[in-house]
Order: sequence, then structure tokens, then C-alpha cells
Amino acid sequence: MSSSSDSAGTGNGARGSAGEVWELRLYVAGQTPKSLAAFTNLKKLCEEHLPGRYQIEVVDLLENPQLAAGDQIVAIPTLVRKLPEPLRKIVGDLSNAARTLVGLQLRTPSQVEGRRP
Amino acid sequence: MSKSTRTEVIETQPRRRGTSRERVQLPKAQSGIEGLDEITGGGLPRGRPTLVCGTAGCGKTLLAMEFLVRGATQFGEPGVFVAFEETAEEIAQNVASLGFDVEDLIARKLLVVDYVRVERHEIEETGDYDLEGLFVRMGHAIDSIGAKRVAVDTLEVLFSGFSDAAILRAELRRLFRWLKEKRVTAVITAERGQGSLTRHGLEEYVSDCVILLDHRVIDQISTRRLRVVKYRGTTHGTNEYPFLIDADGLSILPITSVGLEHAASSARISSGVQALDQMLGGEGYYRGSTVMVSGTAGTGKTSLAAHFVDAACRRGEKSLYFSFEESPSQILRNMRSIGIDLEPWVAKDLLRFHSVRATLHGLETHLTTLHKLTQAFSPDVVVFDPFDSLDHVGTLRDTTSMMIRLIDFYKAQSVTTLLTNLTTGGTALEGSGMAISSLVDTWLVIRNLESDSERNRSLTIVKSRGMAHSNQIRGFLLTSRGVCLGPVAAESQRHAALRAATDEPVSRSERAVSAGGGNGRVRSSRTRKGQRARS
Repeated sequence: MSSSSDSAGTGNGARGSAGEVWELRLYVAGQTPKSLAAFTNLKKLCEEHLPGRYQIEVVDLLENPQLAAGDQIVAIPTLVRKLPEPLRKIVGDLSNAARTLVGLQLRTPSQVEGRRP
Repeated sequence: MSKSTRTEVIETQPRRRGTSRERVQLPKAQSGIEGLDEITGGGLPRGRPTLVCGTAGCGKTLLAMEFLVRGATQFGEPGVFVAFEETAEEIAQNVASLGFDVEDLIARKLLVVDYVRVERHEIEETGDYDLEGLFVRMGHAIDSIGAKRVAVDTLEVLFSGFSDAAILRAELRRLFRWLKEKRVTAVITAERGQGSLTRHGLEEYVSDCVILLDHRVIDQISTRRLRVVKYRGTTHGTNEYPFLIDADGLSILPITSVGLEHAASSARISSGVQALDQMLGGEGYYRGSTVMVSGTAGTGKTSLAAHFVDAACRRGEKSLYFSFEESPSQILRNMRSIGIDLEPWVAKDLLRFHSVRATLHGLETHLTTLHKLTQAFSPDVVVFDPFDSLDHVGTLRDTTSMMIRLIDFYKAQSVTTLLTNLTTGGTALEGSGMAISSLVDTWLVIRNLESDSERNRSLTIVKSRGMAHSNQIRGFLLTSRGVCLGPVAAESQRHAALRAATDEPVSRSERAVSAGGGNGRVRSSRTRKGQRARS
């Protein structure tokens, strides 16, 4: 599998429930600007909020198209939070950090101004 | 079975359309759906998307699936079904009742069903995105089996899954372009919108072919209809065509497209009653003609039909008997009482009955059923007894148009048709309920005449196209050996006069004849006048 894996060692003091490792999977289709932006934004966000307890797997559907069905991928890029459950999906280049945090349930919607629940 | 005989109907098309224009038409992919290829003049545009829209439950998904299944099984074109609404298992179950073995096709790599689930509440949107994931999935599915056909059911689910309409529209435009580049013949289904063909305006992107399905209930009877709204670069039938979903899938009835170009046979077949054959120029009906027998209740129309069927079966020909008022066993019993035993023909499968109350279905369903039974059995002779039962089912205009289609359909196949027509008391005897008397080739009228405290039957030929026929009124007797025609009226009158003179006791049957004759002369002259006026 050509997906790259990025992980950091144990860490603490981050927001969210402590201890568990976040398993994130980013679906892209080739090295498009949107995909690259999504990866950069995600990396930054994780370093900030989940230092040391996250895992990012990047799946390139151009190389592994059969993997799209498993997580029901339609839009690209799509970030899937595999763990902790429940499964969450965030589509887009993750340029809006606040929304991404809500999508990952690292922040409740009330903490974001003007957001629908 | 019906699939093989269907080609006969299709083959009648090129003769009519075989002009040079057809050669410049778009390449088409046969859908294999009964009737659809006739309306579209050969199928859906090859390598292009076709939009199928309609309200919920009108058969869009089924049409899309049948297009793929027929493509895979009949034309060697594997297909991909992209399902947004149902899982692969659900679809397989739904179409199993139509005899489509989806799982088998999947195992043989002739079909891929990809269920695409879009759940709004699972998805958060942030920043720019596209639908490349969908493209990748479809591309992968197409390439994995070398698919030539794609069905997408239904794309509009995307609109409820994603909120950015601008992105969606741009991506849909790209999708249709991409499908064309992939050179797949695609069927895209969409929900009917209010005031527009589709709820989200998909017709904007699909410009080649748009098919509209409709499901209407009129007078508590539901009919499904199909119309080709648009088909760029080709001629197509523009009517609304009724269609049926039954055990074999979709079947569309383009019978209105049957033209008046059937070859007229000069072969003759017996009516089953020798004396009647004599009246019809000595040889009986023309093969492939339409015969109508009119009469009030209890005049013996069914008996005449039974003779006709019996004679056909004796010649080894196949007969199909549509009965709208009596069950097969009742007809068999009643006909035995006049010495016609039809049972052996049923046993030999030369005679098939189809008994159903006319009000059970809508007209179009009847028509489709008749069509299917005819194709499955390919009869030489067909009887409708009585055909005017059908006029309780729809409006007069509808029933008349159905009868025209039916008559044309049988004529095109050289099937001789006998219609019995029940005239109610008080109405003009020489009129048929649906004003189709001008369509029939031979018209017999059986009358019940009352005189001398008896009712007696008589038979006249009102018309019989293309043959010398008797202008006489004959006594019509039902005996234990079947129908007998009495002596000609003038003759019987002489007999009666003679008997009256000699004061001999008159037998019942003879008096019947004389009674018929007495009235007959007046009537027969009127008949001839009437015929002249019509022609």
C-alpha cells in the first residue's frame, strides 16, 4: 500500500479525552493542490490539538481505487476519523480550522460562532 | 420465450423507416427492453448519457437495471450500476422477482453494483472539494469488467448529501462529460420536479436523450406511461406509450406505431359453419381479417366463435380465446351442449383460454397482457368474447384507440381475429359499442326476432370486404350438432306459405326460419342502403 503514515510519540496535555490515539485517514486523488492543502492543514491541526497521539494515513485513490468503497468516499479530499468512534467524515481542504475541529468533535459547535449544530 | 418472438415485431420497423436518413443517425445501443427500441428507432444513444426521470415508484430503477441486465445477457455489454439509494443486496432482491439474477451476473463479471452511501449527518464540509472520489469509483468499476453500460440511480441524492450547490453542479457537468469520454452508454435516473423535468435540473446537463416515466391513476385504474421527451439527432416516437412491469421486466407497447401496411392475404379460412362459408363467397373469411359478430344477449355469438376456433384447431392451427365474461370450463361445458368439444384442443395445446374480468385491469394492462400472450403462443386465430366488455374499463376514446391498435397488431401478423359484440336491447343493432364497425372486414349480425309467441334467431352478413357475399337473411339455429343455418328467407317464406295453404302443422325450427324471413326482407334492403351510404 502506498499510503504514508505519520505518527508521533506519546504526548499529553492536549484537548479532547486523554490517552486514546486518534486514527485519521485522509483520502486524496493524486497530488492536487487541494490534497496537499488538506494534508498540511491537518498536520498543523493535529500538532496543535493532538500532539503525540494521532496517526494520519494518506490513501491515494488514483493508486488504490478499490479503497474508495470501504469508507464510502465520494468527495475528495475526505478526512475520515476512524478512531475514536463514531466515524466522522470531513470533506474539503480543511482550510477552515474551526469547522474541522467541530467535524472532528475536538470542539463543540457552540464554541464556534455562527455555526449550525 | 416472448423475447424471441418480439423480433418479429421489430423487424417490421426498418421497412417503414428504411430511408437514407436512417444511415446518418446516431449509433444506438439496443436497450433490449421490450418496445423501447422500437420507439427510439433502435435504442439509446451509444456512448452518451440518457436521462430517465419520473415520480417515485414509476419504474426508473427497474428501467436502469433492465438496461444493464439485457445489455449483459443479450448484447454482451457488461454494465455498472451505481446505486445511491439502495444497497447491492436490496437491488438484487428487488429485481429477482423479475427473473434477473444479479448475483450470477456479478459472479460472471458482467455486472458491478456499487452502492454509494451519502449520509449528510456524517459529513462536515470545510473548504474546497470535488467529487473525484465518485469518479475514481466509477472508473474503477468500469475498468474492472470493461463495462460498456452504466446506470446511475439516482444522482440527486448528492444534493442532499452535500451543501455546496456550485461545486455539485460543476462536478455533475464534469461527470456527464467524463461519461462521454469513457464511451459508455449511460442511464441516469432523476426524480421528477415540479414544473421541471427533474428536481435539480439535471436535464440541463444531459442533452442527448430524455425519457419521462409517469404513473397515473384515472378512475381508480393505474397506468404507467413512457414518453421520449427528447432525442437529439434522431427521429423517435413522440406519443405517450403505456408500459407494464410484470414477471419479465418492463414492456412498453408501441402498438400505435403499427402502420397500415400489413400485407393482405387472399387465403381463406373456414368459419367453421359450412353454410356460413357458402354465404361468404363459398370459402369463408380471409386469413388475417377482422370478423365481428354482433347480437343481443343469448343469440349465439359464442357458439359461432367456438365453431371458428374448432375449425382452426382441426386444421392444426393455434387459437387463443380471450373471454371476458365466462370461465374456460363454462365455455367448454356450454359448447359441449351444442356438440362442439373443445377440450381435446386444450389438451393438445392448440387452444388456449385467457379468462379475465375486463374491469380487473386498466386498458393498457389488458393490451399489454394480450400482446404478451400472443407473442408467447403465436396463434393463427384469436377470439375476443365479447370485446365490448372492455369499454367499461376506460373512456370511449381510449377503448376505441385500443381496439384499433389491437386490430392493427393482429393484422400485421396475419392473425384472423373474431370479435363478438354484445348489443344491448334498444340500441341500434347495426352499431358497435366503440364505433369500430368501419375497421372490421367482415361483420355478421345475429338477431332475435319475436313472432308467433316465439323468439327466433337469424343471421345476416352486413358486410364482408373483398368478396362476393350473400345478401340473404338466414335462420340461425343452435342444435345439438352445432350451428345450422336455415333455408334462405325467400325460400322459407314460400315454404311457410305453402304450409299455411295446406294447413300442415309447422315444426318449431321451420317456423323460426319463416319468422326470420318475414322480417328479413325489409331489413336486408335497409342494410344494403346503409352500406352504400357508409362506403
